[in-house]
Amino acid sequence: MAPDSLEGALALKTEHGDDAKFLAGGQSLIPAMNFRLAQTALLIDVNNLKELDYIRRDANGDLHLGALTRQRRLERDPLVKQYAPLLHEAMPWVAHPQIRNRGTLGGSLAHADPAAELPVIALALGARLRAQTARDERWITVDDFFRGLFTTDLASDEMLVEVVLPPLPPRTGAAFIEFSRRRGDYAMLGLAAIVTLNESGACEKARLVYLNAGDGPVDAKQAADLLKGQKPSAEVFAAAASLAAEQEINPMGSIHASPDYQRHLARVLTGRALKQAFARASQ
Amino acid sequence: MSELHPIKVIINGNTYERQVEARLLLSDFLRHELGLSGTHVGCEHGVCGACTILFDGAAVRSCIMFAVQADGHELATVESLAKNQNELHPLQQAFHEAHGLQCGFCTPGFLMTLVPFLQENPSPTEAEIREAISGNLCRCTGYQHIVDAVKLAAEKMKSTVVSSQ
Ligand SMILES: Cc1cc2nc3c(=O)[nH]c(=O)nc-3n(C[C@H](O)[C@H](O)[C@H](O)COP(=O)(O)OP(=O)(O)OC[C@H]3O[C@@H](n4cnc5c(N)ncnc54)[C@H](O)[C@@H]3O)c2cc1C
Ligand code: FES
Ligand code: FES
Repeated sequence: MAPDSLEGALALKTEHGDDAKFLAGGQSLIPAMNFRLAQTALLIDVNNLKELDYIRRDANGDLHLGALTRQRRLERDPLVKQYAPLLHEAMPWVAHPQIRNRGTLGGSLAHADPAAELPVIALALGARLRAQTARDERWITVDDFFRGLFTTDLASDEMLVEVVLPPLPPRTGAAFIEFSRRRGDYAMLGLAAIVTLNESGACEKARLVYLNAGDGPVDAKQAADLLKGQKPSAEVFAAAASLAAEQEINPMGSIHASPDYQRHLARVLTGRALKQAFARASQ
Repeated sequence: MSELHPIKVIINGNTYERQVEARLLLSDFLRHELGLSGTHVGCEHGVCGACTILFDGAAVRSCIMFAVQADGHELATVESLAKNQNELHPLQQAFHEAHGLQCGFCTPGFLMTLVPFLQENPSPTEAEIREAISGNLCRCTGYQHIVDAVKLAAEKMKSTVVSSQ
């Protein structure tokens, strides 16, 4: 089924509930179906809903991103580059160009793969997500959206339609770093770091969010708290990195990386990301 | 499940109208229904890049799309590149000259990835070339000759543009 309108798509989803799945870019869903990992009675192809493919900035400086915006467009968009540099920096790490030509923003968030970049970026930036059903709509703050491995807060009749990114406060710097075996492969570990400085150059608030380090994007709150009031130094970065790596993340390991190695990566990459984020914040 | 859907697709400039099952993969449609077997299928889950084609001008994996999704769109496969039996596309010629292929299984995917890349980026650096082909696996060449072939193709394509002006 390939409805031409959002109303049509939502009506089908209400009617079929869990028996139906939205088909966005198909870059996660179809491989899963080819492997017989996913079986779905009905696919609602939403690629005709051009009205959900947009990038706009409103008077408050919020960036509005349609759920069906292709990843390739996010990567190249000048508004994203200027106003959501963290998202811009992370985009080339999302799979390969051929995948980003099809894959969508909403598809990646709804899929909620703990190793995916976009959920980490959305969480780090404090996104607000708009979900719609045939009858009504609601806003979900990103802290409530991810509910564990491949699980979100979306109900069976809901579609994610929009992602809103608030503007970064002044004196804020952000950095995204990940480590993978080959460019475009899923990362063994990665993180987004955001730091806001006060007038005197000390950290006012910080956020550290990790990928492939748990059953969803992992928000290392204690490590972020440790940074508050601190001026940048190698010791401060190392302390925050150790806390996050040893206490807050919960990496599952894979054939390519043991949990110990992932913790090691977390320590090293956190130090680098913090250095970059502090430097960018003080520019 | 076995319900058929009519589709109309332009592929390599020719219009095809067919009835397809909803779950038929685009790669299988091209190969089995249309006999366009230049598009290769390696992994069928989006990893190897052998099945790359152009979909409205953009490189995509045909193994993780359905044929019905191509309805109303314009596609190009590797068969579109050479003008005729004797005259290869400059990129194909460069692959030939620089030994950019051995068994050739991966080659159609590399070519269809690189055609739009070179259009957008006619003078790529080595790093940009490696980035561009990061989504394509080759088990024979070790990639170095492919990178050489792309550099050679970029040279050739620039000089043909200049000389035709
Ligand atoms: C070889 C390969 C490598 C990859 N590497 C990476 C990587 O390194 N990093 C990364 O982040 N991703 C990677 N991906 C995944 C890719 O980014 C996908 O595009 C993305 O995860 C899913 O987006 P999609 O639009 O293709 O969604 P689909 O596959 O269409 O859908 C995924 C799921 O989300 C649901 N869904 C989709 N849209 C909505 C919506 N608007 N509302 C509610 N539910 C919805 C679908 O029903 C389905 O269950 C890779 C994919 C492949 C094939
Ligand atoms: S066959 Fe499509 S990517 Fe491998
Ligand atoms: S030439 Fe054999 S796989 Fe690339």
